[in-house]
Amino acid sequence: MASASLPGAAGGLGARRWLAMLARDPLACLAALFLLLLVLAALLGPALIPESAGRMNLRLRNAPPFELANGWLYILGADTLGRSMLARLIEASRSTLMVASSAVALSFLIGGTLGVLAGYARGWGATLILRMADVLMSFPSLLLAVVVLYTFSPSIKNIVLVLAITRLPVYIRTARAEILELRERMFVSAARVMGAGPIRTALRHVVPFVLPTLLTLAAVDFAYVMLAESALSFLGIGIQPPDVTWGLMVAQGRGYLASAWWLAFFPGLFIMLTTLSLNLLASWLRVAADPQQRWRLEPGGKAGDAP
Amino acid sequence: MSGHLLEVTDLAIRFGTTGGGVQAVDGISFHLDRGETLAILGESGSGKSVSASAIMAILDCPPGRIARGSILFEGRDLLSLPESERRRLNGERIAMIFQDTLAHLNPVYSVGWQIAETLQAHKGLSAREARAEAVRLMESVGIPEPASRANDYPHQFSGGQRQRLMIAMAMALKPALLVADEPTTALDVTVQAQILDLLREARDSTAMGMLLITHDLGVVADIADRVAVMYQGRIVETGPVREVLGNPQHSYTQRLLSAVPGREPPPARPPVADLPVFEARELTKHFPITGGLFRRPTGEAVRAVDGVSLTLRRGETLGIVGESGSGKSTLARMLLRLEEPTSGAILFEGKDVSSLAGPELLSFRRRVQVVFQDPFASLDPRMRVAEIIAEPWTIHRDVLPRARWNARIAELLSLVGLRPEHAARYPHQFSGGQRQRIAIARALALEPEIVICDEAVSALDVSIQAQILALLDQLQRAMGLAYLFIAHDLPVVRQIADRVAVMQRGRIVEQGPCEEVFERPQHPYTRALLAASPVPDPDAQAERRKARRELAGV
Repeated sequence: MASASLPGAAGGLGARRWLAMLARDPLACLAALFLLLLVLAALLGPALIPESAGRMNLRLRNAPPFELANGWLYILGADTLGRSMLARLIEASRSTLMVASSAVALSFLIGGTLGVLAGYARGWGATLILRMADVLMSFPSLLLAVVVLYTFSPSIKNIVLVLAITRLPVYIRTARAEILELRERMFVSAARVMGAGPIRTALRHVVPFVLPTLLTLAAVDFAYVMLAESALSFLGIGIQPPDVTWGLMVAQGRGYLASAWWLAFFPGLFIMLTTLSLNLLASWLRVAADPQQRWRLEPGGKAGDAP
Repeated sequence: MSGHLLEVTDLAIRFGTTGGGVQAVDGISFHLDRGETLAILGESGSGKSVSASAIMAILDCPPGRIARGSILFEGRDLLSLPESERRRLNGERIAMIFQDTLAHLNPVYSVGWQIAETLQAHKGLSAREARAEAVRLMESVGIPEPASRANDYPHQFSGGQRQRLMIAMAMALKPALLVADEPTTALDVTVQAQILDLLREARDSTAMGMLLITHDLGVVADIADRVAVMYQGRIVETGPVREVLGNPQHSYTQRLLSAVPGREPPPARPPVADLPVFEARELTKHFPITGGLFRRPTGEAVRAVDGVSLTLRRGETLGIVGESGSGKSTLARMLLRLEEPTSGAILFEGKDVSSLAGPELLSFRRRVQVVFQDPFASLDPRMRVAEIIAEPWTIHRDVLPRARWNARIAELLSLVGLRPEHAARYPHQFSGGQRQRIAIARALALEPEIVICDEAVSALDVSIQAQILALLDQLQRAMGLAYLFIAHDLPVVRQIADRVAVMQRGRIVEQGPCEEVFERPQHPYTRALLAASPVPDPDAQAERRKARRELAGV
């Protein structure tokens, strides 16, 4: 084993080592680059191309993509009002990513915590959490969102909250199921014999095993939340124009699929690529975070070698 | 053409395709005749199971690859036979039984159906005939009430009964060759003795050849005619059992034999002062059985531990012996306060353990440590060795200042026979024996007074086992530790314990000084246990077999 090269005994892994492991997995590397580009575009894009997302040019209505005659802004074509698709995609990436990432982060944190509690605590507390999850699960999540958003004003904050709450049960149940198994593991018993309290055993020995599963789940959920948000926007109770999201663009372009396919195609493509990248990155992280699997990402490690 | 039933010549098997492959089997040759038992003896990683897999054509290729050699079965080379021919031979002429019976029986079909299926597939019996034959086979391997039990599923049988069922399935087609891969390793000694009897009967009644893969010298002495000792992919010594075990030629065989516990009289134990530190009084643990729609308690309970009283003195080793299900692990968990007793009291230096709280509990946790059976499960796989050993100090902050941690980790690692640079590795980079040493180093990190060893050496090869036992003994002498040593292996306990308690069905049936209990056992269960525990000497083993039969009243 090439473990003599490992850095100091106590510390974690250096940033350089993580980067080296990322470089060993070309697909995950591409995914990370794409996501990085996306985040940069969302942050800086609106400043670089101010106003162009809203500027109408009726002569360029439904202009086809891949033609440079109208300038590079129209490389991906224009929409029904002659607005640049590229500029609108960049503009939309901001609200899309913000809504989806805050909703996923919220449900991940709250659901994961509740799940860990439900797995660890016995008695009425755990039962209460689980029944709550059951109620949420048995209620059609989109219907719940419609009712809530119809009652309250459809602001971005409310959309995020509603989407986060409807996705809670998935995290609660997954985290609890894993913990019920993990808490009986021998090394958890060993930690208890050493005198470790429940908080310490949970944080040190149990949560690190649940985290990769929940992260993978969150990556898949990202797509679900983006699509749910677009459904709400389509119904008119989600994001309100002139704000725009990829989901809303897909919904609006749906009617023109026969005449101007690019209106729905490009935002759809971005939704797919984002989800795919998150999934690839999550599965890379799963391997990289597991000391028993990590060798696959290290120099000399190839599938088929016995560890 | 030779007249041997099975003849393996110069067989070599490699693993791994890129770069450095591993030569798992390196040119072994042996033969087996009808009605004969050849034991392939070796420790883990010696290549014995891989050889068996090659004969059964269940070797995973890749990564495994047969580099050269031939396997002649009834004069035909198995390695050059077409796939379909091989499949027909397997099961019909060659059968195999495994250590892990639960994994090799299909959990969703009744056992009767599974045996009958083999008969229908290979012999073309009708469903009714196959069923009747299956019941007859189950009866012949000693399953009580075979007609009704044929409808039961594998999990409804005990480990020993499942191995009987596997044997019934293997014998269904009256094979010429039976390959048995560690058939009794997962079983209790009394059950092991019965299974070996059953295998012996099956072999003698059908004159089949039996290839027995095992690590247990006692099993070899009991049943084998000849033995081939494997070490690092080679056969280092082969011959009749009596010769190899009685007068080993190769240094590895000699080492293996001298590592078997109980071969020599146990070393003199240092005297123990009469200072009780740990006391259990009338300890019971009942697990209530729930039933019905709302899982209400039915009023009945599994009596895992049923009125156990024992005392552990300072610097003493108390052995607790019992078979699986006797409640010894539950007892350990209660003593460690991982499980609350149903009734009774545990006193630690006169104080009731269940009433400890806060700093008192922390001090108890510091002074009582544990080494569990399974070194693969008891270490957190995501932590480096240094973090594992240092974890007790992060919990008990006053034991050692942080600046001295690294030096102490290095010290502890050397103490248990590992190297200081191992601190940066992860548990999966070590062998089972090395991992158990890490677990011991962790237990010692807090300088405890009592270490509870729950089957701490059971999962290890005999030579590693001998090393760990020597290490425990040496640590006890140096640090005055008291051990509560729980094991199912009697010779191991005899070697290390001052006093021994024999447990059966949650009760201690006999308790006393080690020599007393082993030399003059009073309780019939203790006698049965002692008679069933095999010794690596064929003649002595034959004697014991006779004694056991008389004891059982056959």
